[in-house]
Amino acid sequence: MTIIDALFPLGIMQYLVGGLFIGIAVSFLFITTGLVGGMSSVFTSSWSFFSNREYFKQDKFLSTRSWRLAYAAGLILGALVWVYSVGEPFQTTVSWWQLAIGGFIAGYGARLSNGCTSGHGICGLASLQLPSLLAVIIFLASAMVSAAVVRTLGGV
Amino acid sequence: MKASSLLSVIIAGALFGFGLSFSTMIKPEVVLSFLRFEDFGLLWVLGSASFVTLIAYQLIPKLMNKPLFESGFKAHASEMNRDTLVGAALFGIGWGICGVCPGPAIAGLGAANWPLLITLAAMLAGAYVQGRTTKAPAQ
Repeated sequence: MTIIDALFPLGIMQYLVGGLFIGIAVSFLFITTGLVGGMSSVFTSSWSFFSNREYFKQDKFLSTRSWRLAYAAGLILGALVWVYSVGEPFQTTVSWWQLAIGGFIAGYGARLSNGCTSGHGICGLASLQLPSLLAVIIFLASAMVSAAVVRTLGGV
Repeated sequence: MKASSLLSVIIAGALFGFGLSFSTMIKPEVVLSFLRFEDFGLLWVLGSASFVTLIAYQLIPKLMNKPLFESGFKAHASEMNRDTLVGAALFGIGWGICGVCPGPAIAGLGAANWPLLITLAAMLAGAYVQGRTTKAPAQ
């Protein structure tokens, strides 16, 4: 047990059960609507409401922007249900500069790559897409490097 | 979109948000502890979520002619090109700095994780700059 305790000091049940919920969510979306539910596209498709730039007016954003927003609203609703059932509110102590700089680069990169941890990680892997597998390996590796660098710079 | 589809999308989103919260992925501290090899739990989240989805994506189109409320199954279209790989590297760099990916940046708000509003705004800005600087493919 000591190796398992060392690898997972907080236990594994919350990770396993939470992951199953996410898998059931993406599967439910697919069974009912046939849609593939990654999370980063909403960050681009929502700009089509405000910007007339040709890039944002592509059909793949115009035709999906409504359900993607509803999906995002569902995310917040699900977290609320968690707070009022088994969880409790939580505020991160990660510094504002990490949240701002990291968020900007992650947003830019996820959209350039056309996928994030859920798009490439869950939907892409489950679709047996080689580009997604490579993307997952690359972003896990680069994230480990940047998380280490940030700590040496005094980050949380 | 039909009301039945819209309701399904919201329910799916809620299950997703509940799962992200239950798995503590809305806590950047937990994500950063994974990226620093202190707690490998994130692999269970990614593994179990992908496994369930793998079964659904592979089996459902063989068992059903069409989804319950719409006319056809969509596919995840990832392309093997420079943008996919460079974008993934950049996404990882940003993710490693803040410990927040796009799903938790949204879901965290439901758990009153207000500092994530900074990340949400920054991600929207990053996506805007990406769209502004990328040429739309010829239709």
